[in-house]
Amino acid sequence: MIELNINGQKHKLDVSPDMPLLWALRDVIKLTGSKYGCGKGLCGACTVHIDGQATRSCVLTVSAAVGKQVTTIEGLSEDADHPVQKAWLDLNVAQCGYCQTGQIMSAASLLKKNSNPTDEDIDTAMAGNLCRCGTYPRIRSAIHQAAKLAREVK
Amino acid sequence: MSFLNKIGVIPNDGEIFANSNEQVNNNQDSIRIQKVTRRSFIKGVGLASSSLVIGMQFSSVTAAPNNDTIFSPDVFISMEKDGTVTIISHRSEMGQGIRSSLPLLVADEMECDWDRVVVKQAIGDVKYGSQNTDGSRSVRRFYYRLKEAGATARTLLQNAAAIIWKVKLDQVSIYNHQAKLKGSSQTLDFSQLVEIAKTLPLPDKSKLKLKTQEQYRYVNKENMANIDGKKIVTGKAVYGYDVELEQMKYCVIARPPVLFGKVKSFDATETLKIPGVIKVIQMPSLSPPAVFKMLGGIAVIAENTWAAIQGREKLKIEWEHGDNSSYNTKAYEENFKQALESPPHVVRNRGDWQKAKAAADKVITHDYYVGGIAHATMEPPAATAIISENGIDVWACTQTPQSAQSNAMAVMKIPKEKANTVRINVTLLGGAFGRKSKPDYVAEAVYLANETKQPIKVLWTREDEIKHGYYHSPSYQSLSASFDKRGKVTGWYHGMVNHPIGATFNPAAKQAGSAELGQGDMPYDIPNIKVTNGESDTFLRIGWVRSVTNINNAFAVSSFVDEMAVANKADPKDYLLSLIGKDQHIDLAKDGFKYSNYGENFKDFPIDTARFKNVINMVAKNSGWGKKLKQGQGMGIAVHRSFCTYVATVVLVTSRRNKISIDKVYYAVDAGKIINPDRVRSQMEGAAIFSTANAFYGEITAKDGIVEQSNFHDYPLARIGQVPEVNVEIVDSDAAPAGIGEPGVPPFAPALCNAIFDATGKRYRRLPLNQYGIV
Repeated sequence: MIELNINGQKHKLDVSPDMPLLWALRDVIKLTGSKYGCGKGLCGACTVHIDGQATRSCVLTVSAAVGKQVTTIEGLSEDADHPVQKAWLDLNVAQCGYCQTGQIMSAASLLKKNSNPTDEDIDTAMAGNLCRCGTYPRIRSAIHQAAKLAREVK
Repeated sequence: MSFLNKIGVIPNDGEIFANSNEQVNNNQDSIRIQKVTRRSFIKGVGLASSSLVIGMQFSSVTAAPNNDTIFSPDVFISMEKDGTVTIISHRSEMGQGIRSSLPLLVADEMECDWDRVVVKQAIGDVKYGSQNTDGSRSVRRFYYRLKEAGATARTLLQNAAAIIWKVKLDQVSIYNHQAKLKGSSQTLDFSQLVEIAKTLPLPDKSKLKLKTQEQYRYVNKENMANIDGKKIVTGKAVYGYDVELEQMKYCVIARPPVLFGKVKSFDATETLKIPGVIKVIQMPSLSPPAVFKMLGGIAVIAENTWAAIQGREKLKIEWEHGDNSSYNTKAYEENFKQALESPPHVVRNRGDWQKAKAAADKVITHDYYVGGIAHATMEPPAATAIISENGIDVWACTQTPQSAQSNAMAVMKIPKEKANTVRINVTLLGGAFGRKSKPDYVAEAVYLANETKQPIKVLWTREDEIKHGYYHSPSYQSLSASFDKRGKVTGWYHGMVNHPIGATFNPAAKQAGSAELGQGDMPYDIPNIKVTNGESDTFLRIGWVRSVTNINNAFAVSSFVDEMAVANKADPKDYLLSLIGKDQHIDLAKDGFKYSNYGENFKDFPIDTARFKNVINMVAKNSGWGKKLKQGQGMGIAVHRSFCTYVATVVLVTSRRNKISIDKVYYAVDAGKIINPDRVRSQMEGAAIFSTANAFYGEITAKDGIVEQSNFHDYPLARIGQVPEVNVEIVDSDAAPAGIGEPGVPPFAPALCNAIFDATGKRYRRLPLNQYGIV
């Protein structure tokens, strides 16, 4: 049995220790907000937070997540009220939306470390998150807006 | 809290796709956990007689009509006693916003309060008309049909109010879910009108009063919400990949590396040792034509996706590759060149190109090559199927539930008259771009659900998606222009060859396609024109990718026109305008070209040169065309009509140390009437980025018939830093509504390469550009 702490709750899983966290989240715990896009850490659709740090869950084994705080999109906020989610809705960022949970988790992690990122900071932090629909310009704007929102709250 | 309380609701007849308005839709958001008799929907599989079905109602089991629905004047509209209006979205949502836009049009025409509207996704059913969400035609084809539905409902409610108030119809106005009595403050809510409205005869369609552009309250307004927005940002949106059924098993398939290859032998011993792997099943082999049939191979069924993937890696398969293993993309370019030496198919002919060429003072000729492209949807294809005594239920990210339905029926040999026993539930689509209008993956899920007698979810991995796609074909094109002594253009020749999409459906199809999409319909007013297609064999599945052969045709045509401007020392924008010439509706039939005009009539959708010129002038103005640029910068322009929409694009680039970066992109778009300006802009933004990836990196190649790319490391997409800003201006137009999903793609790549030429003096005639080391 592997015990994981996901969104503040303990889960006991009977899975192979080398199973990537993504599949444990999706297929076993049924948290399907984290998406599969490549399975190789190339696209960022599966991004979750491990102890607050944006991490690709498709290349992190469940055993490596033991003893850490795993936060998925489902645990990011109570009701879409994280500044990043608010900005995303306000600017209508999503097109198909499939990659957006990963984008949002990467953006939230960036803002935790850098409360006022420049375009360049954003491009660097978000370079690992692919979007085929092409929402990048709005993602950039939304991160600036979320940063502003977060600073105002403080 | 158990996990059951946390997962997204599973789509049932679109039930989950409610309007995000919480007030109305709390019930839609709630999790459904149903106790149902398992036997009632799985025949003889020896499972427990009852079990929990997570978050779904099987439409096949609980198909009782909603008793609260008392008013349904049209297949797209129903209203409940409390006045809640349900609008059916019969088109698939893949990011274009159609699930918001079309219901918005209906609600506006019906005079609904948008907060009291619920949107439901339709299952595949011919009663809605075509549901093939493809070809940029959702708004184009359904604008008036849906206005009519909304106006019918509104008129019935107006009649009901007139009866209650005992007044003439013209004394009643309808506004925002209420009837108002003229000259008084009396109102009646829709909920007070439904009982009577449902008893009234349908109004005469020809007498319906449709709203004018000025009367709209939601249509063509800013800040109209994406009804799926909140679910998307909270991870609750359900895509094809996310469907979960009780007792469902997960499946990945090892497909033949070469198209029409077969399994000679296989050994699954090591596969079956992987914990969680349940069984392997040999799929039926595929023979031509490919159509949307299963590709064959070996399926691995497991308790979770990871086990299935691990199991697949351990399979030992000996393949019989077959004839297509002779195909090498790079070497085949020679065949393309030869095919263009004397192409047998003349698709457009005006005047006499040969004579013009012979008499010319100067002739320029250039060849262009555009590589094959994969869809690379962020969500690879996925489908879930369950077979019961009540028929077949499928949940899939499909653009075309009706084709998915007929595909499933073909697999199970179900006769047409039993179509209603095959229900295709449409999830959200994590990107589609044409890939998900080819339901081969639905066939696989249905086949395996039947073989295993269990609910099966077939998941395509990224490698599967890249290696077994329906590709945009590589193409080779040769263009020539002849000029007289004064530099005036006298002739135009354009030959094009590719692997035709037709071969996917008919192995005998050889003629390159399609000249309809940006080759034969080029708008330049030149006295002698000859447009030809060569012939080619086909070795991979070729299909339509966002804007289809407009991709390569527009690249060649708009690059070549820029080269003509340069050859004449003319400003490219001015040259474009002069080549288009006078205001006119172009009649291609006069040139012997039977142009299908995207299936539209020429009265509502003419090829209008004034609209070409208008978007050119607009984009030139917005981009500051002609202004002095910084050192290393360059600007390029292109214009293209596709899907009956006119788009002009300017790209601004910088060349630094032999590397190109994009500084800004400008679009001017004339799509006629539009519904949702924000989604028009987002489609153009997306088109710029989609096209950047194609132009920079997009190249699928095969060696010995096997596709060489596999994932985002060798089939890269554009990343966030590469397209900083996209400026979009929409022409304010009352013309017939045209397409939006695709038309932003074709003019981008040529505008980009024209800009690179402006910046560097170097002309790149082959895509993708990474072969030159400049991106």
